[in-house]
Amino acid sequence: MKVKLLSRNPDDYVRETKLDIQRVPRNYDPSLHPFEVSREYTRALNATKLERVFAKPFLASLDGHRDGVNCLAKHTTNLSTLLSGSCDGEVKVWNLTKRECVRTLQAHEGFVRGMVVRHCGTSFFTVGDDKTIKQWKIEAPAYGEEEEPLNTILGKTVFTGLDHHRKEGVFATCGQQVDVWDEQRSSPIRSFTWGVDSFSAVRFNPVETELLASCASDRSIVLYDMREPAPLKKVIMTMRSNTVCWNPMEAYYFTCSNEDYNLYTYDMRHLEKPITVHMDHVSAVLDLDYSPTGKEFVSASFDKTIRIFPKDGGHSREVYHTKRMQHVICIKWSADNKYILSGSDEMNIRLWKANAAEKLGVLAPRERQAANYSRKLKEKYQHHPQIKRIANHRHLPKIIYHQTREQRVMKEARRKKERNVRKHSRPGTVPVVSEKEKHVVTVVK
Amino acid sequence: MAATSEAVVNPAHVEKTKKPPARYWDELQDGKDENKVGKDGEQTGETLSQKHVEKAKKRKNDEDRGDAKKFISGKPDPFPGPAHISKDRMQKFKRRDKTKKIPRQHYKLKDMMARSDEVSEMAQKQAARIDLLLPEDAGFLEGDEDEDTCTISQEDISDAVDITSASKYFDLKLSQFGPYRLDYSRTGRHLLLGGRRGHIACIDWQTKRLMCEINVMESINDVKWLHSEAMYAVAQKKWLYIYDSNGIELHCIRKFNDVLRMQFLPYHFLLATVSATSFLQYLDVSVGKEVAAINTKTGRLDVMCQNPQNAIVHLGHSNGTVTLWSPNQKEALVKMLCHQGAVRSVAVDKTGIYMVTSGMDKKLKVYDIRAFKPLKSYFLPAGASCLSLSQRGLLSAATGDIVQVYRDVWSTPVTKPYMAHRVQRTVWGMHFCPFEDVLGVGHGEGFTSMLIPGAGEPNFDGLDSNPYRSAKQRQEWEVKALLEKIHPELITLDPTELGQVDQATSQQKHQDRVQALGFDPLAKEKFIPRYKKKGRSSAGSIERRKRQVANEDLRETVQQSSEDKMKIEKERKEREKKEVLLSSKKSALDRFKK
Repeated sequence: MKVKLLSRNPDDYVRETKLDIQRVPRNYDPSLHPFEVSREYTRALNATKLERVFAKPFLASLDGHRDGVNCLAKHTTNLSTLLSGSCDGEVKVWNLTKRECVRTLQAHEGFVRGMVVRHCGTSFFTVGDDKTIKQWKIEAPAYGEEEEPLNTILGKTVFTGLDHHRKEGVFATCGQQVDVWDEQRSSPIRSFTWGVDSFSAVRFNPVETELLASCASDRSIVLYDMREPAPLKKVIMTMRSNTVCWNPMEAYYFTCSNEDYNLYTYDMRHLEKPITVHMDHVSAVLDLDYSPTGKEFVSASFDKTIRIFPKDGGHSREVYHTKRMQHVICIKWSADNKYILSGSDEMNIRLWKANAAEKLGVLAPRERQAANYSRKLKEKYQHHPQIKRIANHRHLPKIIYHQTREQRVMKEARRKKERNVRKHSRPGTVPVVSEKEKHVVTVVK
Repeated sequence: MAATSEAVVNPAHVEKTKKPPARYWDELQDGKDENKVGKDGEQTGETLSQKHVEKAKKRKNDEDRGDAKKFISGKPDPFPGPAHISKDRMQKFKRRDKTKKIPRQHYKLKDMMARSDEVSEMAQKQAARIDLLLPEDAGFLEGDEDEDTCTISQEDISDAVDITSASKYFDLKLSQFGPYRLDYSRTGRHLLLGGRRGHIACIDWQTKRLMCEINVMESINDVKWLHSEAMYAVAQKKWLYIYDSNGIELHCIRKFNDVLRMQFLPYHFLLATVSATSFLQYLDVSVGKEVAAINTKTGRLDVMCQNPQNAIVHLGHSNGTVTLWSPNQKEALVKMLCHQGAVRSVAVDKTGIYMVTSGMDKKLKVYDIRAFKPLKSYFLPAGASCLSLSQRGLLSAATGDIVQVYRDVWSTPVTKPYMAHRVQRTVWGMHFCPFEDVLGVGHGEGFTSMLIPGAGEPNFDGLDSNPYRSAKQRQEWEVKALLEKIHPELITLDPTELGQVDQATSQQKHQDRVQALGFDPLAKEKFIPRYKKKGRSSAGSIERRKRQVANEDLRETVQQSSEDKMKIEKERKEREKKEVLLSSKKSALDRFKK
């Protein structure tokens, strides 16, 4: 007779001393782990609920401006520095870690229209309503020195926007026309016009650094090559675009914020039809900024909310609002992909988390593992109705909630009417126009 | 890895400007080379460096190929590439088939599918690898030549094995309050005994430490541990009671009366009970709420078991049927006629594939409950009153006072038992102990713990049920388990249903389309005959006109279908013609054809 019985030595399964960690032998045999799917689903549901519990995006408010904040600029080399310009011509430099203002200067008379930090991070440019471009040092003047710009250029017309080249000493302004300036000269090296009277924003492409995009008041978005004398092409839309922003990773895509409450992502090579229409705002969209990963962007709107959109998603994944925040004029996504900064009408700059439920600070390895696991679970079960409902629910201010509903009703009514017209007319006379095609009037080359 | 990659630095390139920093392995190699070429004498540094270059090149090539890596010592890896994983191991951890490639899929979706397939395959491989490292092997019993294992007595086994294992064979003489029913806790450490005449005892049976002992002064029908060894449920004469491990009565649940049998669903925290009044009731023990009460309308219920894979309760009835129940449906999910007489006992195996039933017709039957098909049928002369399945698939059947254990009842036709043992009086309850080679038998004279080699799962999972867990670990586990308590609504016959794509039926799709368009594109307008004057709209003529239109429609469809058929036929013929043409073209090589 040969016999063997299961006989375990407890020493193999129990820790030796209290100072050791507990032993946890594992056996991944699926038959020992029944209800795999239902248990995972329950975990995913719990993770989704906890995410909503921990979603506290608002971090801080930086106050000190005496008028509405009109523009923001990120420091190019320093994460903790932020510059802001207000409607009374004041520029403030902020230390974000300490959440305090480190320097204030009266840059312009009237609005500060645009502001940008030079790529080296030692100086910054401002343009204002007083038809000047000024270059300032980032460092505060020493004791006894006067606050003076390094350089001042007097322009002929009002400037409305400003952007600096990625690598070279070249910057672009917009106003009556789009001007490209050399830092060393007091007159533009290039001036672009295309039969329009004013531009509202200009942006350099971050990858193909010679390319520029600008928004014009004749409802068009114009693309330029700095090396060529004439603009490349433009797309005319049904409503005016306020700002434009390039995707930093896939720099052939750009997104514009439009007056018709939507944002449009275009492929630079095919302007006939936007890649995606991003809808959710209930008022004009004033500004947007891409995340450094290029996967998401944040938009600021006249409806007093900030929304975060995935780059290829038609609807926002997140909406931020507070009772006191008024029309959000300008918005920036921080270079470490963690924070969002918004400047609004009521003179405050607000600091938000880019990921509302994320825990800030250093994570313990187990914490990080747990967070990663629950993120994956949420992703896996995101389409289940109950999980979707919890994950998508956001509390909205009453006005916005009702406006959203109203817009939906209006849209539905319009669609119904179109449908009826199509039904009762000869086949082919009323073609189906997709949402993407609706908003583009024409492309001019 | 770092070391090998450093060794790859191309010496040819470095030699020209600067010598690479000295490394101990370089020296070793150089020394070897010198020894080798010592006879030649005239081996200059140049040739040496050349050799180096070749070696480095070769090494680089090797690395590019990804296999046959060499060690720092220069020896080739005798087992290049990843270790082989046996097929059955891979099969064990297989969760799903590879997703089928659908033509003209969106590239993003295709990419996502490919990545997810890759990840799941990697997980499967890793799990199969780790399977090699499991520390324990299952027990076994083999007779000598011409020796039946069923003739080997328990005393022989306990004499042959080590002391700790031998101590697991014992008898408890409790003749006063018997017969006994029993239950092992989920970790297999704790034993709960309930005597017919009111005696309850909780024992840590391996150390033989008595945790509590009470007499409820009432008849007891069944006992069951709840999720941990801190609480247990007792079905007494009238009501259901819950006690803690010190024997203190925690609850008397008056909603549950005349309970005869109980099952605990550990992942749902549900206590399922069946009563003499033919009610199947579910109690959520985490919140103390009755989840469902189902009147099965089948008389007294005293045969019950659960499917551990999908938490479906199986009930046996006096008319020979076995019914399957979930708390979400007032009707039985499945009714199977299993026996000619009444069903005496039912058991479902751990994998949830096989069900074993025994009936008054003295038959023992094995069913595949995925397909609800009978697999095997055995005749037991005495008939089995009590069945229990172990984790590794051993079946114990009690016939009167004899306990028989069978092996492989579903795969091979069994002629004689694997083991047999006679207890003092009629067997009343029987359970295999989880993670141990032990079978607990409750009978009229008390309790017998038998040794059944090869019954228990040798390797437990520490995060699921750990027999060696400390109080702290148990608390941690309890919190986790409660957090992921599965909602009773998720109990279905197929537990993986939740993870599958809910494909809309064509009807649903059509409905959605109608909703989106605002009208039904496939709908045909109904023909309403126009009213005609001068008596031409009589009932007969209206009917005739209707028939005329209908006939026209029919003719149209028939014409259409015949045209389609012709088209297909024509295409087929053309294709055939082309093939014939192609095949008739003679090639120069055709002469070599046989």
